Amino acid sequence: MGFLPVLLWTDALFFLLLAIGVATIVHVRREAPLRAAWRRVGSRAGGMASAVILLAFLAIGFVDSLHLRPQLPVANGAAENAPVAYSSEVLSALDVLLAPLRTRVEKTYSAPFATELYARETVELPGGGQARIYPRLAWGGSHLGEATGERDADVARRIATGVAGAMEVWIAVAAILVVMLARRRGKGMGEAARALWRGEADLAWRAALVTLACVFVVVILAIKLAPYYHVFGTDKVGQDVLYLSLKSVRTALIIGTLTTLVMLPFAVALGIMAGYLGGWVDDVIQYVYTVLNAIPGVLLIAAAVLMMQVVIDTHPHWFSTAAERADARLLALCLILGITSWTGLCRLLRGETLKLRELEYVQAARAFGVGTSAILRRHVLPNVMHIVLIALVMDFSGLVLAEAVLSYVGIGVDPTTISFGTMINMARAELAREPAVWWSLMAAFAFMFVLVLSANLFADVVRDAFDPRRS
Amino acid sequence: MLRRFPLLLVFCVFLAACGPVWNDPYPASDQGHNIMYSAFTDRPKHLDPVQSYSEDEATFLYQIYEPPLQYHYLKRPYTLVPGSAAAMPVVRRYDEAGHELPESAPASQVAKSVYEIRIRPGILYQPHPALARRADGALHYAALSATDLKDVRRLGDFAETGTRELEAGDFVHQIKRLAHPRMHSPIFELIAEYLPGLKTLQKALAEEAARTSGALDLERHTVPGIEIVDRYTYRITLKGAYPQFMYWLSMPFFAPVPPEADRFYEQPGMAERNLTLDWWPIGTGPYMLSENNPNARMVLARNPNFRGESFPCEGEPGDREAGLLADCGKTMPFIDEVVFTREREGIPYWNKFLQGYYDASGVSSDNFDQAVTMTSQGEVSLSDEMREQGIELLTSVSPSIFYLGFNMLDSVVGAGAGAEGQARARKLRQAISVALDMDEFVSIFLNGRGVTAMHPIPPGIFGAREGEAGINPVVYEWRDGHAVRRSKDVARRLLAEAGYPDGRDVKTGEPLILNLDTTPGGLGDKARSDWLAKQFRELGVQFVVRATDYNRFQDKIREGNAQLFFFGWNADYPDPENMLFLLHGAQAKVKESGQNAANYVNPEYDHLFENMKSMPDGPERQVVIDRMVAILQHDAPWIFGFHPKAYSLQHGWVLNRKTGSMVRNTLKYQRIDVERRDAARAQWNRPIVWPLVLVGLLAAAAIAPAFVHYRRRERATALGGGR
Amino acid sequence: MFAYVLRRLLYALPILIGVNLVTFALFFVVNSPDDMARMQLGVKRVTPEAIERWKVERGYDRPLFFNAGVQGRGQVTETIFFQKSLRMFAFDFGRADDGRDIAQEMRDRMGPSLALALPTFVLGLFASVTFALILVFFRASYLDFWGVVLCVAMMSISSLFYIIGGQWLVSKLWALVPISGYAPGLDAARFLVLPVAISVIAGVGSNARWYRTIFLEEISRDYVRTARAKGLSERVVLFRHVLKNAMIPILTGVVVVIPLLFMGSLLVESFFGIPGLGSYTIDAINAQDFAVVRAMVYIGSVLYIIGLILTDISYTLVDPRVRLE
Repeated sequence: MGFLPVLLWTDALFFLLLAIGVATIVHVRREAPLRAAWRRVGSRAGGMASAVILLAFLAIGFVDSLHLRPQLPVANGAAENAPVAYSSEVLSALDVLLAPLRTRVEKTYSAPFATELYARETVELPGGGQARIYPRLAWGGSHLGEATGERDADVARRIATGVAGAMEVWIAVAAILVVMLARRRGKGMGEAARALWRGEADLAWRAALVTLACVFVVVILAIKLAPYYHVFGTDKVGQDVLYLSLKSVRTALIIGTLTTLVMLPFAVALGIMAGYLGGWVDDVIQYVYTVLNAIPGVLLIAAAVLMMQVVIDTHPHWFSTAAERADARLLALCLILGITSWTGLCRLLRGETLKLRELEYVQAARAFGVGTSAILRRHVLPNVMHIVLIALVMDFSGLVLAEAVLSYVGIGVDPTTISFGTMINMARAELAREPAVWWSLMAAFAFMFVLVLSANLFADVVRDAFDPRRS
Repeated sequence: MLRRFPLLLVFCVFLAACGPVWNDPYPASDQGHNIMYSAFTDRPKHLDPVQSYSEDEATFLYQIYEPPLQYHYLKRPYTLVPGSAAAMPVVRRYDEAGHELPESAPASQVAKSVYEIRIRPGILYQPHPALARRADGALHYAALSATDLKDVRRLGDFAETGTRELEAGDFVHQIKRLAHPRMHSPIFELIAEYLPGLKTLQKALAEEAARTSGALDLERHTVPGIEIVDRYTYRITLKGAYPQFMYWLSMPFFAPVPPEADRFYEQPGMAERNLTLDWWPIGTGPYMLSENNPNARMVLARNPNFRGESFPCEGEPGDREAGLLADCGKTMPFIDEVVFTREREGIPYWNKFLQGYYDASGVSSDNFDQAVTMTSQGEVSLSDEMREQGIELLTSVSPSIFYLGFNMLDSVVGAGAGAEGQARARKLRQAISVALDMDEFVSIFLNGRGVTAMHPIPPGIFGAREGEAGINPVVYEWRDGHAVRRSKDVARRLLAEAGYPDGRDVKTGEPLILNLDTTPGGLGDKARSDWLAKQFRELGVQFVVRATDYNRFQDKIREGNAQLFFFGWNADYPDPENMLFLLHGAQAKVKESGQNAANYVNPEYDHLFENMKSMPDGPERQVVIDRMVAILQHDAPWIFGFHPKAYSLQHGWVLNRKTGSMVRNTLKYQRIDVERRDAARAQWNRPIVWPLVLVGLLAAAAIAPAFVHYRRRERATALGGGR
Repeated sequence: MFAYVLRRLLYALPILIGVNLVTFALFFVVNSPDDMARMQLGVKRVTPEAIERWKVERGYDRPLFFNAGVQGRGQVTETIFFQKSLRMFAFDFGRADDGRDIAQEMRDRMGPSLALALPTFVLGLFASVTFALILVFFRASYLDFWGVVLCVAMMSISSLFYIIGGQWLVSKLWALVPISGYAPGLDAARFLVLPVAISVIAGVGSNARWYRTIFLEEISRDYVRTARAKGLSERVVLFRHVLKNAMIPILTGVVVVIPLLFMGSLLVESFFGIPGLGSYTIDAINAQDFAVVRAMVYIGSVLYIIGLILTDISYTLVDPRVRLE
């Protein structure tokens, strides 16, 4: 079946960000000091472990950013040359991959691994009369048929084979890594493996491999179990919570990264200009960011989000699908969060530039008549990039957390966008049920916690490696 | 973080001294008193009877003000009985020539109707400083200076209070207040249609208001059509016939307000202290507002001057069995004080109810949704645990409707070109009506809190038929004594007849795209829009939800830019006129800025509506209504969504509660068994202390190795090792 | 000093005007005066005449920024912006759209906000500093390592989970404190224990980690080495010297937030039903009550500016070398 690729704005920017990332890697490989700094990141166990997890999340986000509109089946009796029609529903590659999870919808709540609904219902018995029973799920454990008693054994068997499968893959990956290391160092295979195991390799490969083993186990268990059971249960309308959690990852990544990306040009340009040029430029820029800082953040965000909403609503013709509207709102949220958060970075950069301006080589360049823009580009900008990098990684986790709170308050992402905030928002009343429905909240909590924790650990390592005061 | 635990322990010890229950949110001194506890979610905006129109405000206002009429507490269908009036008003109708018309005369002959209302003598106002008088009879607080008001923050800061007898003039004063240009009464335009004198009054008052910034003296004005006959009688003359006026007389818009109150509150310095009639009502009802902090707490206390009403002795069948007549003839009110606590979040609200700290759920019980489970028959019931706690569930269908309207001005779903185009659009609307399974919607998203609507008139209101005669033949068929929704195949067939076989335009092959305009809270959330899209996908129709904020949504409706939209209406009074007018051509939203958001116009329907409006209930009226309903079902300008069910959850110790959204002055009827409540609270809220002990132990366990480490380090330092 | 503060206050004026302009522009892009009228008048039976009357009565019938209809100065003064903003500078906020006096409302709500925010601030600072000190004391040991891990883990949890989880465990399962609510006076303690504890725990992770780095920086200085060389015990060094000196950057860093404590906490206040300024703000946003939103923004920026000035002053107090010019 055909499809129409769709490039949403956030997709484009996300890919741009990835491209920048790749370009940076290429650049770093060529510059010795930068390579050394990144090597410091890689030599820390925490850095490698969190990088592995972040890469796994990034992979989910990437697959989820490949959007498409599936082709509609050709209508009966339609003319041969009728134009091909595409669904107005925009799916992502992840949706296609997770089609079983997405489409196998139960009636309402069911617990993780359950084969029955969570609440009892009164049903008509075939022979007349009524009974209050837990109705069987339509999909959860449906391969078991009536033999729901065998569920535990079935799950255990699947876990066992899953772990075994994960180990196989992992051993293969580890072997490839050993071969690569051995070839690069020109040592024997056994020696390389021993060095790696003892943690004597120059990068913390051991930590990376251990983390990778965990990631493999989780992924393969999900692959083995999720098509047969609702691993994280189902929500109020019977959607698989695992699917919702996986979809939330992209939203979190987009908010966490694009926000910094969109505000970066302003923060860098204005910060450097204010610091280097001084005078009235400095005054104006300082005035602008003091004003923005003085407005309580939530209020500014609330007002700006509502404003963007109005702009989006008054121009419905800009968007041909609901997904594009939701995407515009997501991008708008990134912009707004960017506007409220660029001031901090701008101030840091201004201070750093003030210092740089007085350095001898900058003074010398000025004495030789080098133009202002050339000085800024060649001498100032490269020397403040470490601040930018640190800000990028440090802001990430804060932004992910902020998204949850904002969506909770109702001024976050579009209500149709799956995100951790909307998940928590929907799940908040569920704890109050009798008996409590805890799995939606727990799933959101677990995913968010792992994501933010690894981001925080990674940010720490990066800061330690790049901050000149700390090395 | 370790620091908080000792602190917590100290507090807990301090709490333990208070009693066996640690989590009682109310002062210990309130225990054992005849106090009812309830909650409110949205702060009331207006408590001035001229402005208040929302359910949240009605919760308070109807207990304080006593309009001439009220609904019978138990009888269904809703029946009006006298409130502060001595008897039901006498209506006399006259023709153009001024001759009185017999009751059987058709409404078209009526030129004016005169309502004569006689009030009960001896009714007293609640104690209030506005009515306090000095020994010489002059008002005590009539000319207050800035120094007099220096220490005044709330109404209770005035030492003197007074009362006086209720007079007919107070009712007339309030009717004049409807026209007050600074008060924006929501019903002014509607009532002024029938009481043209109000318009002239408003014009005169507006001119006066433009001249002075001070208070407007309504006493100096008279309104043609309203007269005071004697101390206890007043007369209202309406243009034409408006039988629904009786219902308005049961609302606080027509409750008495003493002119002294306006004089009192309009003194300079009062408004700055939030001392206005909008915040401190003055009424004759069973309760009075004794604490007004809309951010946290509102308290109604028994009005010591209340005349005392006796509990009704008759109701509808089943009421006796339900124990609702046990208090027959006893003097109301039963409860001394009602404490309303502001509860913004659903979780605390619900949990406090479960803990016994709220006696019953409020009017809007969305927060209590999780309490009930629905059976596959669509019956709702409580979980076993809750039934064991003695919690009871009362349900009744609200006199309101939620519907998906088609914008009849839209080129796709609305008016097509020519008769054929119109027929196509109608088939399309019918197809969508069949396809959207509202039964499933109610069961999934409302947890069964609603009944699917067949037409605009909610059950329990005259004109709504039940059983086979009541079904919507376009969407349902009658099989084996049940209404059965027609299958998707019917929808597909209708869609093909409309020119969209399999959801494709038969001419261009383009897929049909439908847009639903809604607010994020309405149908805009993820689950609902997914569900809707799924329903349409089965027809091959592409469906887009355009959720926008409320103002934008209103704009779209007003400008006629919506296609499908989700809307609701709460009946003001139990009369079919109040529902059917929503589709009356003269109410069209875009053209007339009325209430007909679908912009539906059908001359036959409009004609029937004009007739039906002033007919008395009876077989003739039923015939007209049946015809109107049939027209609507055929034209399908709405997908008749559902009539929501009002839930009321209550604990076993709350007595005499009966649901019924029309009856709002319910507090005086209710009674609570305080002893039972205290016992239940103590039993349900035994604090669990072991986690505190455990946390303490854990903290100790965490600190112990640290301490050992510390000692070792200290010793090492002493030995000269250092670092 | 006095001249400096005065100059800073004067400098605040253009900032406040800017803040006002931004709020105003943002708000009126979103809401037309018609929208506001409709919001206030409700949904049922609203006629265009009623909307017009409301606008005239509340002064929203003027143009926003520029009145072309009149001559001279009136072009600027006869506008909504001028009429509604000017009085702000005199702290005259007027009335909310629902008719209540805003200044009065703020006075009423300041108490609960402070009752929540002050203990949170003080206890939070105390807990974080203590925790950081413990970590520093055991620096480079397994306690330090796991302590930092704990900090990072704690700051990786969304505050929503702290609130939802804490409320569920402590109030619902264990029935130790009321779930939500507020009472004036001493009785408030029962209601505040849990929100304060939750706020403190939610903040301790990031703060303790930050303070730890400050302490570590301080500990590597020369005077510490000298003190140790004198033979002072580790404990004395840490508490007498390091703590005292490290408190300077910590305190000057938090001074800026002290005035903002008045603004309350949006999330905690609404979850725990505390009638403070935070929940007032949320209500106003939801009700689109411009008068209140603008007043809150104004107060917020004034407090922020006061915080900046206080920070500057606090520098001179702790470090005599700094002079305010």
